[in-house]
Amino acid sequence: MKLRNWKEVTPGAVITEAGSSVKFKTGSWRSFKPIWKEENCIQCLFCWIYCPDMAVKVGDGKREEFDYDYCKGCGICALECPGKKGNKAIIMVEEGK
Amino acid sequence: MAKIITLKELSKREIKFAPGHRLCSGCGAPIVVKMVLLASDYPVIASNSTGCLEVSSCISDYTAWRIPWIHSAFENAAATISGVETMYRALKKQGKIDKEIKFIAFGGDGGTYDIGFQSLSGAMERWHDMLYICYDNGAYMNTGIQRSSATPFGADTTTRPAGSVVPGKTEQRKNLTKIMAAHNIPYAAQASPSHWADLVRKVRKALEIPGPKFMNIMAPCNRGWRSRTDEAIALSRLAVDTCFWPLYEIENGVTKITFRPREKKPIADFLKTQGRFKHLFQPENEILIWKIQETIDREWERLQKEENLNKEIS
Amino acid sequence: MAKIVAITGNEAVANALRQVNPDVCAAYPITPQTDMMQRFSSFVSDGKVKTELILVESEHSAMSSCVGASAGGGRVITATSSQGLALMWEILYIASGMRLPIVMPVVNRALSAPLNIHGDHSDAMGARDTGWIQLWSENAQEAYDNTIQAFRIGEHMDIRLPVMVCLDGFIISHSIERISCLEDEEVSEFVRDFSNLIPLLDIGRPVSYGPLILPDYYMEFRRAQAEVSTKVSKVVLDVAEEYERISGRTYGLFEEYRLDDAEIGIVILNSAAGTSKDVVDAFREKGIRAGLLKPRLYRPFPYREFGEALRNLKAVCVLDRADAFGGSFGPVYLDIATSLYPYKERPVLINKIFGLGGRDYLPEHAELVLNELVEIAGKGTVKNYKEYVGVRE
Repeated sequence: MKLRNWKEVTPGAVITEAGSSVKFKTGSWRSFKPIWKEENCIQCLFCWIYCPDMAVKVGDGKREEFDYDYCKGCGICALECPGKKGNKAIIMVEEGK
Repeated sequence: MAKIITLKELSKREIKFAPGHRLCSGCGAPIVVKMVLLASDYPVIASNSTGCLEVSSCISDYTAWRIPWIHSAFENAAATISGVETMYRALKKQGKIDKEIKFIAFGGDGGTYDIGFQSLSGAMERWHDMLYICYDNGAYMNTGIQRSSATPFGADTTTRPAGSVVPGKTEQRKNLTKIMAAHNIPYAAQASPSHWADLVRKVRKALEIPGPKFMNIMAPCNRGWRSRTDEAIALSRLAVDTCFWPLYEIENGVTKITFRPREKKPIADFLKTQGRFKHLFQPENEILIWKIQETIDREWERLQKEENLNKEIS
Repeated sequence: MAKIVAITGNEAVANALRQVNPDVCAAYPITPQTDMMQRFSSFVSDGKVKTELILVESEHSAMSSCVGASAGGGRVITATSSQGLALMWEILYIASGMRLPIVMPVVNRALSAPLNIHGDHSDAMGARDTGWIQLWSENAQEAYDNTIQAFRIGEHMDIRLPVMVCLDGFIISHSIERISCLEDEEVSEFVRDFSNLIPLLDIGRPVSYGPLILPDYYMEFRRAQAEVSTKVSKVVLDVAEEYERISGRTYGLFEEYRLDDAEIGIVILNSAAGTSKDVVDAFREKGIRAGLLKPRLYRPFPYREFGEALRNLKAVCVLDRADAFGGSFGPVYLDIATSLYPYKERPVLINKIFGLGGRDYLPEHAELVLNELVEIAGKGTVKNYKEYVGVRE
């Protein structure tokens, strides 16, 4: 990405594009990856509310897939997942395997 | 009176804190911010003191904030937002603005309990219409886990390490929530991201109250606490269950405990999960764990008495 | 129709602020600024201004709330002196770095330690690198005029920088002078409505102020700020021209007093310039070609213009009402020396420190200086390049 010169920077370093952090894909930080086991999901939405990186997609009040562009693999979702009858709906696997 | 809101309803809202921020994997702070911003029915303008949240959420061209946001310095999140709020009131009086906007200041425990204390106290005293959120991770985490006045007794930090002569922090934590309540502000509360419904309810309640409000919210830091990256919610829940971090609110001077653990767990359960307390489990330091438990028990007793006292008076 | 009144410097500036009628004002008391803000506060209490007043708990918070309010999107002021200015030092850089056109009268007072509440220039001199525009005022009339012009200068769309208006503590702030005030409508027409650049309160367009910038970009931001500084002189002159049309008073980057054909000259700021001008006249009566240069725009310093104004003199003494410790010369001396450096032929330059901590500057001190300059111009030798004048040896 080409760096801007001094004439091109905003006055006072103010950032005018809200939420521009979405351009920075933190998914590359992962060493573990969460996998969603839909069959065990009770749609409690805990994973969605507890995710520090907004990496659980929701649509119309229902939990959808992970957003792997941003997921840092912390594992909070997997730990907090209540699952169904003792089976978790999220498990962590090693990235790249 | 703020309407109760379900998780499903919340999930339909746009999260005003975007992904792609640089906070550590499993950090408690973005969870807190996300919950606070989701809770608001109103447009929000925020200020932020220097610290983990600030540097990681707004760097170079990248900002995670989908609301107007300002960081100026370390000790003045409260003073800065006071200025924005005053300009809002001025322009509203002049008829130049008609929207209802809420003002929230975010500060870590470093920028709130210590260096930011004066400007927080001043802003609360002046009765600005604002909500101050302290995300408490118990140390100056951004600069490398240095001790703050919010650091728990006995914790190992880089400026007060547990060594052969000194067993980590030797002073008790400051009770900032009560100090803020003593400013006679209409609302002061403690919350934890593990108890999201209680947190959201408190934020919504606070935003409906005109005047200065303060909320102290636990935000575990797996780096500084030497815990696992997946434990932020579990540890904040344990903090509540051991009464290390009781969930209560003080509304117009009246204390109300908003969550009572079904079973009050011993503090050792909380301490043993974190590397920063590892040294306390050596035989010569056992007395410190006892001391910590004693302090927690005493504070919990006191809190319950305060709740009863207010029932008697009111 | 101009109004002639007999008021103090603080009253004059407070009145100017009333006429400008800013949106927000942060106030914290410090001698000798105190009665300026007290007066302004009574305007607020009597509904004479629309200003919302924030009675902050320290000057650091005063400037912080000004930053918040200005970023919010409106006209913002505060005022301070000495220790207060020193306390808000880190935020001064933030205000200029964020390009916020805050206006702040500074009633110049000495810095501790030892504690002293009287007039000297060490406070504003200590802030000369902060990126704030600095306008210095000889008397209450100039303080009044500079305050009004400061808004147009700082808020100019090419500039957007905070402005400090300096006036001497006690000497000017507390003495009564005869000054001519403009009508309220003339001032409001002159300063116009505040125009926003990137306001926080525009919630439809959320912006983030104050990001972390790494080594890959910080220097570009500073370079951009440096570029803005080069445009200030022209804006100051343009605004002064416009102001002359409504007030009849002329202002420039500095005042040249009998400097045209001068052989010796004094460079001096603020009230002491007034005292010195009388002595310059006395010397002129004796046939000595003496002159005086009084800086008005001190930051950004117009080096080229100063150099041109002084280059043809034989000997110049720069009188500083502040010292810069560390084996250095006084701050104004350093700037004047720099402005003269490019020329092959330039005057002999000496430095005298005077009037610290409110020590009186009397005509006899100016005489002493001019006599010494006459000697230097004649013989060309200098005994001391830097001396304290008016101190008990």
